Amino acid sequence: MDATKITTKERLAIPRQVMPAQDPTLRIGNFEEVHLGLTPELAQMEALRCIQCKDPVCIQGCPVNIKIDQFIKLIAEGDFLGAARKVKEDNVLPAICGRVCPQEDQCEKVCVIGKKREPVAIGNLERFVGDYERITGQRIDPAIAPSTGRKIAVIGSGPAGLSCANDLAQLGHKVVVFEALHELGGVLMYGIPEFRLPKEIVRDELDGLRRMGIEFRTDVVVGRTITVDELLEEEGFDAAFIGVGAGLPWFMGIPGENLVGVLAANEFLTRVNLMKAYDFPTSDTPVFDCKGKSVAVFGGGNTAMDAIRTAKRLGAEHAYIVYRRSEAEMPAREEEIHHAQKEGIEFMLLTIPLEFIGDEKAILTGVKCQKMELGEPDESGRRKPVPVEGSEFLLPIDMAIISIGNGSNPLIKQTTPDIEVSRKDTIVVDINTMETSKENVYAGGDIVTGGATVILAMGAGRKAAAAINAKLAGVAQKLGER
Amino acid sequence: MYRIVSAIFLAENIKKFEIEAPRIAKKRKAGQFVMLRLALNGERFPLTIADSDPEKGTITIIAQGAGKSTRALNRLEAGDAIADVVGPLGSPSHIENFGTAVSIGGGVGTAIAYPTAAALKAAGNYVITINGARTKELVILENEMKAVSDEAYITTDDGSYGFNGFVTQKLQEIIDSGRKIDFVLAIGPIPMMKAVAEVTRPFGIKTVVSLNPIMIDGTGMCGGCRVTVGNEIKFACVDGPEFDAHQVDFKNLADRNRIYLHEEKESDEAFAHKCRMTSKA
Repeated sequence: MDATKITTKERLAIPRQVMPAQDPTLRIGNFEEVHLGLTPELAQMEALRCIQCKDPVCIQGCPVNIKIDQFIKLIAEGDFLGAARKVKEDNVLPAICGRVCPQEDQCEKVCVIGKKREPVAIGNLERFVGDYERITGQRIDPAIAPSTGRKIAVIGSGPAGLSCANDLAQLGHKVVVFEALHELGGVLMYGIPEFRLPKEIVRDELDGLRRMGIEFRTDVVVGRTITVDELLEEEGFDAAFIGVGAGLPWFMGIPGENLVGVLAANEFLTRVNLMKAYDFPTSDTPVFDCKGKSVAVFGGGNTAMDAIRTAKRLGAEHAYIVYRRSEAEMPAREEEIHHAQKEGIEFMLLTIPLEFIGDEKAILTGVKCQKMELGEPDESGRRKPVPVEGSEFLLPIDMAIISIGNGSNPLIKQTTPDIEVSRKDTIVVDINTMETSKENVYAGGDIVTGGATVILAMGAGRKAAAAINAKLAGVAQKLGER
Repeated sequence: MYRIVSAIFLAENIKKFEIEAPRIAKKRKAGQFVMLRLALNGERFPLTIADSDPEKGTITIIAQGAGKSTRALNRLEAGDAIADVVGPLGSPSHIENFGTAVSIGGGVGTAIAYPTAAALKAAGNYVITINGARTKELVILENEMKAVSDEAYITTDDGSYGFNGFVTQKLQEIIDSGRKIDFVLAIGPIPMMKAVAEVTRPFGIKTVVSLNPIMIDGTGMCGGCRVTVGNEIKFACVDGPEFDAHQVDFKNLADRNRIYLHEEKESDEAFAHKCRMTSKA
């Protein structure tokens, strides 16, 4: 179909193109990616569905305001690299965001086509251009402005830090990224499983950032190895951006939570993703042997889905999601819930755990649960679950994974007391500039918002980069006037 | 990569390393630890920093070969390198002039107690050290401990050197002699720390232990190192590793440390097999 001659009516007649995926019965036996990606033909066909609105509301739906209409038009015309270049003007990590962004709540939610039909598959198209660039080896490296002589420290190499580093480097600033772990990428590496985000893609995107001259230093825990003050005063950084992500996992505070076999989703996922425990003993780090066992994840977010689908792939016979509200209230992406259901995950909804039960060796054997029913809406607007009298039952399980969110890491607060934090220990920032109460120190991502999404963290990183650049330019101007 | 400057055995299976890590050397305080990862595919494991030299930019760690990683570490020599060394982690020991302080080290725990004993001495305490080992050959840091002690005792389980018996018996003897003890630090195997806590509890002597739960990241992210202290969940990597001995649930710690026994054995056996293969070749 010729992209220049197609009528709106013809565009509307094209159905949303389905991305090929691994069959559920096969994929529960491996850690390879679930979705296989659009072919160029499918991508072009999908791109033709976009009616090129005069006022593309989808752009406002995107936290980093990708020029969605323009990149889709380029795909429709067959200029895939041009499309990649267009996306990368606003988002450096298209192959990652195309996979993990909740598009159904952002750009695709407001897509005009979506009012009567299925919205344009913006996320799948974004992923396509990112993958096309990588797979064909035709790298698009952004232009770098002449050096400003300014040096900025980015603390944390997750989505917030990487997007901030990218923008600052493009503007000609010297950027050094500090990472506490031995691997770069933050939650993209330790949290999100291979079957949802192949680590090779993250490494590839990191290589792109290295080519831009960004320096990376692993094994540096800011707050311990070096403090924010030392970075600014002794190491000559003009500004710092804190994007250290979420911290210590929350537990439920019910009896038996410290039994052997009860662990946080962060621990389970870190063992498997970062430390490659699925490859034990080739890899030194073990993980609870799930083969033939019953595993339950408590929680209903994306991390909960990641954890239980990982347990299933490690051979769990019964893999349960135990969630206190109903499916409609689950914070996980719909797509993730559907994938989990197809993979044989058993959903125990409207159920809360009361107590973990162990044997004489303190090894978990089961969990005492209670059924709930939905009552009046609570402060979050979701209907509040209330216990059903006499509905207690025992669910035999061998491993329990707690996935109810994270608090904030206390290290920066403890060692940089002049950075103001909230009651929940998140860092307080000016929402327009992301600057903290400490001058020239900015923050963004989960350390500011509490647990949120990759793209929101990236948006915060970009906003901070713009503000840092403006501030440094302002200082330079003042110095020039003197 | 972090270069090993020197590596010497202090006793059978217990080796002391000086490692180049300038940032950590500059920052480290008594009671803090580092996470190590020896090589690609290696696990992350914690070791307390025994000493540091900020001028030279080195830290000292002492490791007893127990599992695969510590045994692999103990095969490294000066000039070799370690893939990752991260720190200093954990909250530093709380040091003040308590008056009379007793520092107790059991086995390789002596290496962990040493920097804190030195800091207690520097803060003006009258320092009594009791260092226990199974037998004479396993006694470590005897001279170093003496140098920071007003009174130094060695105990051996078999009586081959020093006091014949456990560290707790020596501690009980000191307490029973009627001397006023203001602070006790105990670091060693879980049963030893638990026993020390029970000796001091009736006398209300402030007692601190350094806990060794399983850790993965060590920076406050995974929650694997949680321990029960005073019926509350605490994270050893950021809230500890030192805690009030009278509040610690030692049974819970011992139970949780057993979780990967089977896997550890498998890993050990694979490593031992590989070592035999290499030595044959």
